[in-house]
Amino acid sequence: MKDKNELILAIETSCDETAAAVVQGGTKLLSNVVATQMDIHQKFGGVVPEVASRHHIEQITVVMEQALTEADVTMEDIDAVAVTEGPGLVGALLVGVNAAKALAYAHGKPVIGVHHIAGHIYANRLEQEFEFPLMSLVVSGGHTELIYMEEHGEYEIIGETRDDAAGEAYDKVAKALSLPYPGGPQIDRLAQEGKDTYNFPRSYLEEGSYDFSFSGLKTAVINKLHHLRQKGEEIDVENVATSFQESVIDVLVDKTYEAAMDYGVKQLIVAGGVSANKTLRARMDQRFADTDVELAIPPLYLCTDNAAMIGAAASVEYHRQNYASLNLNANPGLMM
Amino acid sequence: MNVLAIDTSNQPMSVAILKDNQLAAELTVNVKRNHSIQLMPAVDYIFNQANLTPKDLNLIAVSEGPGSYTGLRIGMTTAKTMAWALNLPVVAISSLEMLAANLSYHNGYVCPFFDARRGNVFTGLYQVQNGQMTKVKDDLNTSMESWLEQLQNIDETVHFISSTNHQFDDLIKEKLGAQANIIQHSMNLPRASMLAHLALEREPTPVHALKPQYHRMVEAEAKWLEQNQKR
Ligand SMILES: [Zn+2]
Repeated sequence: MKDKNELILAIETSCDETAAAVVQGGTKLLSNVVATQMDIHQKFGGVVPEVASRHHIEQITVVMEQALTEADVTMEDIDAVAVTEGPGLVGALLVGVNAAKALAYAHGKPVIGVHHIAGHIYANRLEQEFEFPLMSLVVSGGHTELIYMEEHGEYEIIGETRDDAAGEAYDKVAKALSLPYPGGPQIDRLAQEGKDTYNFPRSYLEEGSYDFSFSGLKTAVINKLHHLRQKGEEIDVENVATSFQESVIDVLVDKTYEAAMDYGVKQLIVAGGVSANKTLRARMDQRFADTDVELAIPPLYLCTDNAAMIGAAASVEYHRQNYASLNLNANPGLMM
Repeated sequence: MNVLAIDTSNQPMSVAILKDNQLAAELTVNVKRNHSIQLMPAVDYIFNQANLTPKDLNLIAVSEGPGSYTGLRIGMTTAKTMAWALNLPVVAISSLEMLAANLSYHNGYVCPFFDARRGNVFTGLYQVQNGQMTKVKDDLNTSMESWLEQLQNIDETVHFISSTNHQFDDLIKEKLGAQANIIQHSMNLPRASMLAHLALEREPTPVHALKPQYHRMVEAEAKWLEQNQKR
């Protein structure tokens, strides 16, 4: 039997955060270091992959060292090294994967490859134990997925976006409104001030489908803005933000509710960068208040990309001894 | 000194271990494969061949570029992390200098180069005398044609060495004629053992500061600078 209180050093470099963390037994966070590149990419209006990769290599040993120091442990104490193997930006993932392999090899420890989305779901386990069966809505700049889990480490994708991810639609609408990058939090902030006056479409797709589609909504908003500008009419930015956000959130909440009920789950986990959205949190709370489903949303610092969530997801694989070999590679299109 | 040396700066991959300053194991592969998949198994293989473990190392050497951005990051991340993890000094050496070092016993000028696309090369100029190599010109990213025109001012033979390809052979002959000697066969492949030997004489870089030398700005950054300097 493996020690239940194993220590995992985890690394995450799939996009624009260089992160390392030490997690104990899959549930206890000992350190969680995130070096963000947000301000660097802000001037480009989005993440530039080559720039991100260059910054990861400059930060990687610094964040790993800080993670060990803050957890007050050494590599001798660590049982395994975990890393995001995908999906994500290939050049960015490569830095984390090669660092993980080199570190593990130097100290004779096993390496565990983790799916980034599994990490987002497992972020919640650092706060609250899972109750199976569970449903998870993962919403971020790259993902909008409904994942059903009957037990640890078993993921079934029951719904996903057919075009843009929810976070992607946020960023594109924000850009059309000339809001600074990243657009999601800006729209959420403006939406608190406005009203749903523009009545943008809500795409539910065909009956019984748990899939999402946000590109039609995004196009409707952009067309509307274009139309108003052409006619020289005033654009109420707050109302556009509210109207857009209401459309997104209505669909997210309705579909998630339907899936949770159909599958008879005990717990619903909302995860990923967009779960930082205040309105989404409040609306989920409301909808699940009178149900037997326990709603779990990790705190903000665990919703955005971090390595602690990778360490938490890796714990399950550690107990299965599901180790990667020395030829582990970055996999930008990794399936779940 | 026991030294591990890693080069993945271009298509070839080379790893070597010196045991007590002597080459104990070296593996060089020159096929189009993924360095991220190949590198650690290759390192493991030479450790076994040399009958050493990572804890026996005293020094790590790595080629810092120029070369393929992705290739450089794979080798550099691996070397940097191992050096940090094992608390070892790490020496970064120009990947062009490493290649030039293949000709350490040919007196004269050595011009190593890698294709940098659209008629450009990453190159530099070194001079060899009695087994000693000195740098004449810093590594740079330039058009091959204008670089060759500069080299016409040299009165001696220039040995051209490149691991990447031979697409510039005709241009070199046209510009420099008999003054040019193009290195052929496997003499033009990088060898990590050269890296290890060069590293023995060099000052290490503080591990956290270690990063590849790309010799080229990211396009988005170059554009941003251009736009913001005009104002
Ligand atoms: Zn993410």
